Amino acid sequence: METVTPVAVGAIMGTLARLLLLRRDYRQFPSYPQGYTIHLSLGFIAAALGAIAPPAIIQGDLAAASFLALAATQFREVRSVERETLRNVENTELVPRGTAYIEGIARVFEARNYLAMLTGLAASMASTAVSEQGLLWSAGAGAAAGLLIGIALYRAMGGRRVGDIAVVKPAAIEFDGPLLTVAGVTIMNVGLDSARRRYMDEGLAVVIEPKDANARATLANLGQRQAIAHEVATVLGIKLEVDEREFTPIARQNPDTGEVVMAIVPLLNDERALVRAVEYVPVLEGTVRKPVQSGLWPPDLASLERATGQVSRR
Amino acid sequence: MSPEGSRILAVITTREGVVGGGVPVFLVASEKERDQVSVLLSRILQAVVHDLQNGVYVIVRH
Repeated sequence: METVTPVAVGAIMGTLARLLLLRRDYRQFPSYPQGYTIHLSLGFIAAALGAIAPPAIIQGDLAAASFLALAATQFREVRSVERETLRNVENTELVPRGTAYIEGIARVFEARNYLAMLTGLAASMASTAVSEQGLLWSAGAGAAAGLLIGIALYRAMGGRRVGDIAVVKPAAIEFDGPLLTVAGVTIMNVGLDSARRRYMDEGLAVVIEPKDANARATLANLGQRQAIAHEVATVLGIKLEVDEREFTPIARQNPDTGEVVMAIVPLLNDERALVRAVEYVPVLEGTVRKPVQSGLWPPDLASLERATGQVSRR
Repeated sequence: MSPEGSRILAVITTREGVVGGGVPVFLVASEKERDQVSVLLSRILQAVVHDLQNGVYVIVRH
């Protein structure tokens, strides 16, 4: 009987932790009943596996504890399943997510199963430790430990967003002949007069100014820029059909200043919404670069003083 | 971007005497006709019209 409580409490707390994290990725990966079912079930299995370990060790059954290792293999599978799914729908997206974003999402899904497992393990451990005190104490301690660990992990897993590493400002769309230009950076050659007019009349643009040299290196990553284009097109909507490729949003970086610019013809024509949408784009774990940490960068360059920013470049 | 990189699919120009190479060249009578043909071709080919600023438009698939 003294094993039932820790396992039950651990499994429940772990599954709840997974549910908590599932609600959070609403935007990153639109959820649907099937997706919820899959990830809640996997979360439950992960939590149960974690919860079984402490009572098993107490009873001297070390083999059962080694099942945790087996779980790791299982969850690696989750990552490849997510990657596969997203890759398969990639060519149905008008503005693709890009491989870096897909990799990032897949990684998050794998990691969250480990979190469910850890929460289950912690809850079960606390519950096992006080199981002598009776059922209520045992269940209470497990729930408290699970809650604590769950909240701590929830906090720790919150990644950074573009708004944390850069300043986002609205900008004007200009045409230099056929060249679509935002803040001095040429984005693309728009040949058709009608397309140019649509950009001028209905288009919006942003400048993303990195706060330091690390942010600049991160924003230089093509995957990160594609993620920004995809997210903005998802949040604001986009006036784009498959045969109108000139309206595909592209984020380009000014090599002199590190500023990233992007123009889009959104359905929701609201500058403030556009800035908010860009700020809310997650910084992809796989694109983060920290060249300044090498110690080779002098402080003035590292803090990205706008000294070089005066040069306007095409 | 397509894995094999960008490719010119067609050339539309008002300039006479342009000799076709590996790509189809559409000779048009006026700038108005050039715009119309460019729109139609770009929609048909699902590609982008670029203006080379010398009277030549190219249709490019990225």
